[in-house]
Amino acid sequence: MTLIQANGVCVHYGGRRALFDIDFSITKGEIVTIVGPNGSGKTTMLRALLGVVAPTHGKVTRKPGLQVGYVPQNLHIDPGLPLPVRRFLSLPVRRSAAQIAAVLDRVGVPDVEAQNMTTLSGGQFQRVLLARALLMQPDILMLDEPTAGLDQPGVASFYRLIEDVRRDTGCAVLSVSHDLHVVMSASDRVVCINGHICCEGTPNVVRAAPEYRALFGMGTGGALALFQHQHDHDHDHDHHKEDSPHAG
Amino acid sequence: MLDDFMMRALLAGLAVALATGPLGCFVVWRRMAYFGDATSHAAILGVALALGFQISIFVGTLVVALLMAMVVSVMAGRGWAMDTTLGVLAHSALAFGLVAVSFLPAVRVDLTAYLFGDILAVSRMDLAIIVAGSGLVLGLILWRWSALLTATLNEDLAHASGLSPARERMVLTLSLAVVVAVALKIVGALLIAAMLIVPAAAARNLARTPEIMALCAVAIGGVSVWGGLQLSLWQDTPSGPSIVVVAALIFALFTFVASLVQKRPGR
Repeated sequence: MTLIQANGVCVHYGGRRALFDIDFSITKGEIVTIVGPNGSGKTTMLRALLGVVAPTHGKVTRKPGLQVGYVPQNLHIDPGLPLPVRRFLSLPVRRSAAQIAAVLDRVGVPDVEAQNMTTLSGGQFQRVLLARALLMQPDILMLDEPTAGLDQPGVASFYRLIEDVRRDTGCAVLSVSHDLHVVMSASDRVVCINGHICCEGTPNVVRAAPEYRALFGMGTGGALALFQHQHDHDHDHDHHKEDSPHAG
Repeated sequence: MLDDFMMRALLAGLAVALATGPLGCFVVWRRMAYFGDATSHAAILGVALALGFQISIFVGTLVVALLMAMVVSVMAGRGWAMDTTLGVLAHSALAFGLVAVSFLPAVRVDLTAYLFGDILAVSRMDLAIIVAGSGLVLGLILWRWSALLTATLNEDLAHASGLSPARERMVLTLSLAVVVAVALKIVGALLIAAMLIVPAAAARNLARTPEIMALCAVAIGGVSVWGGLQLSLWQDTPSGPSIVVVAALIFALFTFVASLVQKRPGR
């Protein structure tokens, strides 16, 4: 069953074309990861699918009554706002103490409900955000760079938790990431974007795709390849020889 | 009971504190301090227009404050450099208002009452309007409390939870305009924003949840109104500054005590 579908979606943002020609869909129980370099429109795509930004062209269709568990990137809490974890989890719908205890236990931070949100560590904070999303009893979890700021073991255990959640609840998982290597092993499908969808498929297919290599390079050389390479053009090229930059 | 001007003054002040307490918390949490300034300073322009067109002062300030709040709200939504823009709007509104008042022919306008408030001169009619306006704002905020709090935290999160962040922004914009219109008589245009921010900021030192912070802000606002009223009565001081002075002293005291508590060994 298709949960969210995008057809020919374009999004303009402050006069700039942030996304174009996006055809995308996600079905029940799928884990899909959107990857792309900074400024490639990953977050915009997530927000368009969420319905926060309206597409300039094209159409986004969500299953009627779709419950979304959303984990935003960098949730900033003003220091002027005193917010214990248990109160945060009751936003906007009041939850019982038992529900809160159960969900915190589920995400592996059982003893934080009385703590202020601003005193949590990075890993605890992400898990509490996930707990709030789970309380929505979501058909789909949408995670925007959920592991930014976590160390490697933290990232790995966070993604294991997401996989467990998917197995137990059968919800779909749509996440946005630039830390490819950890994400990929957990995904059924990877969508590589840079304004438009460059390539998509299983992690191995994408890893081998020339478009993906062109964007990220391989292994530790990835960052260098990204800076050297002019991407916004067709992908039939040999980027070692063809140095002349040309706009697409 | 309402024949006593002291009783009317106290009731009117407490009614305003009931609305400014929770609304002020949102002003602090959303960093809307300048927003409050722009809206309340526009009230003077509203006073000038009301006197010029001979309509009720309350209606004049409400309309102009609402317009200003909407302009600011729309600009914020479009991602303008808010600090500068709001600074320009806040002070221009005040300047235009003051100039406009000076054009009014042959009207003895006692501007001090509108700039600094005149709590001892609250009439029965004023009291009725203040109680109705404050009640409306308090009701609106209580009704939307959870949604407002979610949207304050993160607008995308609110959207994903099935709420409309734009609607919650509108609730706050409307509340702010109504509070400006009803608080003009009590606190005066120059210091309405202070009445919103200072009690809430003082309450932050005491509170561990948003709800307790709002309750504390109401209590601190109420005590400030009472203290300011006494000062105004016995020392013949303007009521707005007197109320804000008391609130500021409470803020200083609580902040000092809170810093002592935090420095205590073992914490």
